[in-house]
Amino acid sequence: MANELLFFMEVLVGGLLAGTMYSLVALGFVLIFKASATFNFSQGAMVFFSVLAFCGFMQDFNIPFVLAFILAAFLMVVVGLCTERLVLRPLMNASEDTVLMATIGLGYVLEGLAQAAWGVEVRRLDLGIGDFPVPWIADNLKLFISALDITAGLVAAIMIIGLFLLFKYTKIGLGLRAVADDAGAASSIGIPLKHIMLLVWSAAGIVALVAGMMWGARAGVQFALVDLALKALPVLIIGGFSSIPGAIIGGLIIGAVEKILEVYIGPFFGGAIEGWAPYVLAIFFLLYRPEGLFGEKIIRRV
Amino acid sequence: MKPVFMTYTKKDLINLAVCMLLSVLIIPTFIKTEYWYTSILIPWLCLALATIGQQIVMGYTGQLALGAAGFMAAGAFAMFNLILRVPDLGFVGSLIVSGLIAAAFGILFGLPSLKVRGIYLMVATLASQFFIIWMIDKFGWFKNYDSSGIITAQDIVILGKPFTTPLAMYFVCLAVTTILTLLAMNMARGSTGRNWMAVRDMDIAAESMGVSLLRTKVQAFAISAFYCGVAGALFAFCYLKSLEPVAFDIKLSFKILFMCILGGLGTINGAFIGAAFILLFPVLLNAIGNNVFHGAIDATIISSIEQVIFGLLMIIFMIYEPLGMAKLWENLKQSMKSKLSSSGVKGVKTPLLKK
Repeated sequence: MANELLFFMEVLVGGLLAGTMYSLVALGFVLIFKASATFNFSQGAMVFFSVLAFCGFMQDFNIPFVLAFILAAFLMVVVGLCTERLVLRPLMNASEDTVLMATIGLGYVLEGLAQAAWGVEVRRLDLGIGDFPVPWIADNLKLFISALDITAGLVAAIMIIGLFLLFKYTKIGLGLRAVADDAGAASSIGIPLKHIMLLVWSAAGIVALVAGMMWGARAGVQFALVDLALKALPVLIIGGFSSIPGAIIGGLIIGAVEKILEVYIGPFFGGAIEGWAPYVLAIFFLLYRPEGLFGEKIIRRV
Repeated sequence: MKPVFMTYTKKDLINLAVCMLLSVLIIPTFIKTEYWYTSILIPWLCLALATIGQQIVMGYTGQLALGAAGFMAAGAFAMFNLILRVPDLGFVGSLIVSGLIAAAFGILFGLPSLKVRGIYLMVATLASQFFIIWMIDKFGWFKNYDSSGIITAQDIVILGKPFTTPLAMYFVCLAVTTILTLLAMNMARGSTGRNWMAVRDMDIAAESMGVSLLRTKVQAFAISAFYCGVAGALFAFCYLKSLEPVAFDIKLSFKILFMCILGGLGTINGAFIGAAFILLFPVLLNAIGNNVFHGAIDATIISSIEQVIFGLLMIIFMIYEPLGMAKLWENLKQSMKSKLSSSGVKGVKTPLLKK
């Protein structure tokens, strides 16, 4: 019995920590959605683009880790700038669905550019953190938890706290919230809309880079990252599109439920139910609580 | 213009006659190379049909769905099993029933559309994509316990006659596509289509006008999935000639979404234009790579460039012409007409005079 409980705990903790990896991707979506009510479908492509560039800088040009990170982050700022200028500004008054489709196009552009520049083969990314159980925890608590998972959890926690403080206590954060509330009213009282957009897209780009590094260290830097990032969508539905804590909780729920289902129910169906279980979970959430756990209620009028 | 037969106007009938003449007489007489049939015309017809399905749910009913390939897979594997297990049904019967099976999936995964819209719905339809592919992959029964992963599709036999040459398969696809396209036009113009468009433009307003949201949306999803299912069956049996779940992955869904949007949302001819463009553009790009640069550019680079161009086009169309290539074509025709009439050609009315 104790063994079974321990095994369950291990699955649960492993799932929760893996869930923070989804949260990291979801965080990028939330940032942009919060500030512009735009759903940025290209977030997954941004993850792929940024981490592939990071790998390319490090492996093809032998640039040291920190400098490569700064360069990749700078690249994401440039991407944010171009997106704001060339895609978002002309679509300022377009409908939500139109902007969403434009971001699907943007995702294609980023994926294509990344592959044209750095090639299509899978790259290994070594962060110096192994994807193996931490001996100390394994010895003392009898739980086998990957060091990478713990790092991802810590990184996620730091980013959440940072972003939370930014939104809550700085002038920029106040501006961000004002723009999210009503872009027209915010710009009429002198909040520089384009700076805010640039800031948000850059922040989302850097979040994407960090998420990509975590994913890349686990699964290799490859195109499949884009599909993995799609799993951030059910996370957002559960957590709510406009809530940073929601992204985290949503990620934890998806991570845990996915692992538990896979381990306990998966064998009856031949396994690999991870592929669709999060989406079906999201559908059930949609039916009962369409706005997510922490989202704002959607009110539509004729 | 007044309809002369069902909802079709005189102009439609002329268009139909021209298309039929072109596709039944001119193409088979002038195009002899198999390559054109097996690699361009057949997949074009199949994908155009799937795109019409996507149009119905997205262009006409305004529901953001992203799971066309899943329904195509359902149709293709239903077809395989029907021919295998219920041989009495015949090819046409199996095609219809596999469309209906796909439609059943469409209804199931279309139900969330009653509650949610936009990106939320997109996620719900993604579930169908992943679930259907997983189901086919995991339960051996669907693949007749074939362990190799790739199953050869059975030969097409209609009324005892085999349809195995590329030209014969082209005619099969052409016949099915023509019938379903005419039906789609009919539906889009009748009360069914009016209801779809009312829901697209403002669902709450439509509901208060007495349009049943449940009926309209579920109907749109079912019909859309039917079209995708039939298209998937044709795609597998006439084009791929094999069945594997991987052929119907999320990438194909995105491709069909692109065909639908670039072609022109809410138009039937846009489905054909979009499918032709997405299918032919890579061929063109490869030809340029081979003939102009003599293979100096790597094939993977070419496919990356292709992706960048599709993405850019998507953005450009969203900014300048959200109604896609069908609208561009319409504008071109309009400007030609007004040029002709201003230069004194008789019998062409300018839109200005009509007012």
